[in-house]
Amino acid sequence: MRRHGLDAKILAGGQSLVPLLNLRLTKPKILVDLNGVSGLDHIRETSAGLRIGAMTRQSGVERSAIVREKCPVLAEAIRHIGHLAIRHRGTIGGSLVHADPAAELPAVALALDAKFEVLGDGMARAVCADEFFIDYLTTSLRPDEILGEIIFPVLQPSSGYAVEEVARRHGDFAVAGVVAVVDLDGEGKIIGPRVALFGVAPTAVRARAVEQAMIGQQPGNELIRDAAALLRDMLDPPGDIRASSAYRKRAAAVLTVRALTKAVQLCHTRRLS
Amino acid sequence: MAETSSRFIGRSIKPYKSKRFVTGDGTYVSDVCLPNMLHAALLRSMHAHARIGAIDVKEALAIDGVVGVWTGRDIEERISPFPESFEIHPLPWLEGVKPVLQGPRPTALAKGKVHYVGEAVAIVVAADRHRAEDAVDAIGIEYEPLPVVVDPEESLQPGATLVHDGSNNNVVFSFSIEKGNVNRALGAQPTMLRERFRHHRYCAAPLEGRGVVAWVEPKTHMLTVWSSTQMPHLVRRQIAAQLDLAEENVRVIAPDIGGGFGPKVFVYPEEILIPFLALQLGRPVKWIEDRSEHFISTAHGRDQLHDIECAFDQEGRILALRDRFLLDNGAYNPMGLTDAYNTAAHLQGPYKIPNLSVSGTCVSTNKVPNAPYRGAGRPEAVFVMERCIDMIATRLHLDPAEVRRRNFIQPQEMPYQAGILYRDGQPVCYDSGDYPETMNRALQGAGYTELRARQPELRRSGRYVGVGIACYVEGTGVGSFEGAKVRIDASGRVIITTGASSHGQGHETVFAQIAADLWGLTPEQVSVVEGDTASIPFGCGTFASRSTVTVGSAIHGASAQLKDKLLQVAAHMLEANPDDLELAGGRVSVRGLPQRAVSFSELARAAVPGWASKLPAGLAPGLEATFYFEPRTVTWANAVHVAVIEVDIEIGTIKLLDYVVAHDAGKLINPLLADGQVHGGVAQGIGAALYEELAYDENGQLLSGSFVNYLLPGSMEVPKIKIFHLESPSPLNPLGVKGLGEGGAIAPPAAIANALADALSPFAPRVNAIPLTPDLVLELLAQKEVRSEASAV
Ligand SMILES: Cc1cc2nc3c(=O)[nH]c(=O)nc-3n(C[C@H](O)[C@H](O)[C@H](O)COP(=O)(O)OP(=O)(O)OC[C@H]3O[C@@H](n4cnc5c(N)ncnc54)[C@H](O)[C@@H]3O)c2cc1C
Repeated sequence: MRRHGLDAKILAGGQSLVPLLNLRLTKPKILVDLNGVSGLDHIRETSAGLRIGAMTRQSGVERSAIVREKCPVLAEAIRHIGHLAIRHRGTIGGSLVHADPAAELPAVALALDAKFEVLGDGMARAVCADEFFIDYLTTSLRPDEILGEIIFPVLQPSSGYAVEEVARRHGDFAVAGVVAVVDLDGEGKIIGPRVALFGVAPTAVRARAVEQAMIGQQPGNELIRDAAALLRDMLDPPGDIRASSAYRKRAAAVLTVRALTKAVQLCHTRRLS
Repeated sequence: MAETSSRFIGRSIKPYKSKRFVTGDGTYVSDVCLPNMLHAALLRSMHAHARIGAIDVKEALAIDGVVGVWTGRDIEERISPFPESFEIHPLPWLEGVKPVLQGPRPTALAKGKVHYVGEAVAIVVAADRHRAEDAVDAIGIEYEPLPVVVDPEESLQPGATLVHDGSNNNVVFSFSIEKGNVNRALGAQPTMLRERFRHHRYCAAPLEGRGVVAWVEPKTHMLTVWSSTQMPHLVRRQIAAQLDLAEENVRVIAPDIGGGFGPKVFVYPEEILIPFLALQLGRPVKWIEDRSEHFISTAHGRDQLHDIECAFDQEGRILALRDRFLLDNGAYNPMGLTDAYNTAAHLQGPYKIPNLSVSGTCVSTNKVPNAPYRGAGRPEAVFVMERCIDMIATRLHLDPAEVRRRNFIQPQEMPYQAGILYRDGQPVCYDSGDYPETMNRALQGAGYTELRARQPELRRSGRYVGVGIACYVEGTGVGSFEGAKVRIDASGRVIITTGASSHGQGHETVFAQIAADLWGLTPEQVSVVEGDTASIPFGCGTFASRSTVTVGSAIHGASAQLKDKLLQVAAHMLEANPDDLELAGGRVSVRGLPQRAVSFSELARAAVPGWASKLPAGLAPGLEATFYFEPRTVTWANAVHVAVIEVDIEIGTIKLLDYVVAHDAGKLINPLLADGQVHGGVAQGIGAALYEELAYDENGQLLSGSFVNYLLPGSMEVPKIKIFHLESPSPLNPLGVKGLGEGGAIAPPAAIANALADALSPFAPRVNAIPLTPDLVLELLAQKEVRSEASAV
């Protein structure tokens, strides 16, 4: 990568890159295939969280017992990615670096404040999620860097979470979606709410205003509805043939209500068990 | 010929020789690989409307492996233009309908001007496809953009941009038909619907796109062309005509075809260009369409805008219907009036409409040409009529099924004269069928009564479940002809050769079942040969739900002739009277004396010319007969579809809960294959209703030119389909069959739209257009909010 810079492209699972090559939308001179490189395919529990190698297949993460136990929202989000065959090839790193605004994984990374371990020129640097995603299909990776590992913080056993999205067909990229995580304190008040949206902006986005509106509050339908209503001023989604801007805006709010409601419910059940 | 008992007709035999399709071992055009073969790629216009300036091919020619580049100028002297339309209109129809036709004639490569994004401008031949595509990118071309017309209504306005130089307006053709007196009936009736319906543009999207390989045998100059077409004989005729060759020297083969569905019924530029280049270069040339090309160069379908007025009485009986519609033809009109006239001829459906007036106008726009797609004008008609019926029901607070019952033609009225002409120039006459019973079966299958009873309770719990009915009739088995050659070879097998051309329908099985019964054989003892112009002189092709009717009847006719001859030969050999002979198990024997017999194989070997011949005097050699079936007119299939859906009214998504089809295609040859046809058609109809859309922006750029945005339904979007078959035999052919290839695709847009209107009935939505996207559903709901706010003020 150092030698070829912008002329080269990493090939991971190929589920985004190969369609682009087919359509002649990208024409790299060199492909660097990471599929034969060892040390990039693992899921490890550490004090910092779950360290997941960039080349770990999406289906492997989805089925991993440790992911399901420690960071179940990640497994839940991956279920929504394409079809099983795509998840068998597609990698965690590939999805995050590709940074499709409608992809699930960038939203999970943002919601959880995941850390990105970036490798380049004999050096490693850590980038936090909100500095990783820059723009439409653009990250802060430099041309001579690759993504090595992602660290996803573990969730509390009592955390509630949900991933809600609307896609035109089963397995399609979402036209709008939301990842929500909440916890409740001893008095049943909301702590640490996290809401990230996808499909409604050039990158996945944190809905911090919605989170703020819920911190320390007693959860209820009205609270959630009012909090989600704040999205109206926050979003100006793109429109295309799959869905208009107005539709995406409205769907984002509805899905946020649904996701938060589900997450709170799950919190209650998990606290009971 | 004596009727044979039916041992195989009517049985659900698994399709023969179909394993190759499942294991990927079929031979499609792209599997045809010849030594020394070159590859072509096309430069297609990026502009919807522009004048072509200088074309610079130097850089392209400099690419290693590039053999040549041809532009419109290079071929204009050597390839004559296409006809205005490939459709042949019978004289009685021309005289009866008096359409106004004025189509432009496309050239194989654009000359002077491009008329739509995707029109072929230049063709490159290179050692491989990759380099051919690199060379296409390297061609420098100057365009002078012109104003673009994409909206069919705008295209009709005075002063509108003209798509074709030298024309006075953008109308390609127009016609009108009338029965009764619509003006009077509409004038006399206060209860009326006045609605505008839009059936949008979408396409067939066969799994295999188009593709052509051409090869010239160097010694004989015989040109062989493999093409992914539904019409090998037409392709041959056109190659010979446009390249000025003898038809004798051109052979067209349609090998395994991965779906046709209509857009492969006419001849495309590449089908002329690739043979031309093979002749020029003396080497085989191959071109395989990729999906990006497919969306901008293979014909699109539908795209109609209807303005209707419909009068009805207080019982919900339709008294008069007037429909003025526009068909957006795109830049060319390869199939003439097929779709538009089909729309008019099918508008009445299974109902008694005393006064009817339909006028159709087809206009040019700067878009991909429009041509038949499975249903060919019928889904549009059915959408209009079936929405009208439901709207009448809503107005009168009647059950939509009841309104249909009150308007149905009754079984005792068969055959029923519908009072207009069909496309074949004959009066539309429904030959058989029981429309009320077909609907009963569909409603029972869907549990209609229970659903209606549950609906209020579901609504109270916030669930918006809706049921939609759509009925249709379909003219099937259209002419003008199809032939079959029946031959018995020395092994005693029966070989059927026909000009029809299967692209997934299972002809090999169905025709073998028919022949097996006619000949007292098993289907395994019958071979079916199709899709090769060398095997039979004349052929129409496979389209329009026609092959079982036309080829089946031709097999019947040819078999009768051949059996006559066979019995004469056998009588001679067995020294018996032909009337005393019978056929069974591949043998002819004297009735009552089974040991006095001669096998088909022995008979075939006896029927040769020359010294080995054992023919009776005066009988020509060969066990072979050819029969061309020319149907007087079409048979009328009918069906009723019922869709059950649930709507999420917050995000506008629609889920199909159930889908039921009651279907009557006359005598069924193979119910399993019939089910397959219905399933596939319904899946495509679901795509039309909910997902698929070819949308253009105001500059004439296609917004859904890949499968990323052109949403085909997948297995998760198509529910289990319940099918009930009724069998009202057609009196119009010896087998009693009707066609069913298209049927499945005709009704789903109407059924699902009706289900949506039903599900959302508390909001009184005007479901007048498809596809029913989440966006549209929310819009329909918002209209109601706006309306109720307005009425609250
Ligand atoms: C039909 C279909 C449906 C899909 N639906 C969804 C969906 O619903 N949601 C969703 O999120 N995704 C979806 N995807 C995309 C899928 O998740 C891809 O697998 C993913 O976006 C890319 O991962 P990959 O491993 O295939 O990467 P590749 O396609 O190999 O690479 C993608 C990009 O990332 C770069 N890259 C990859 N790995 C690294 C690395 N370690 N370091 C630096 N650069 C790297 C590549 O150079 C390339 O630019 C779908 C794909 C298909 C084909």
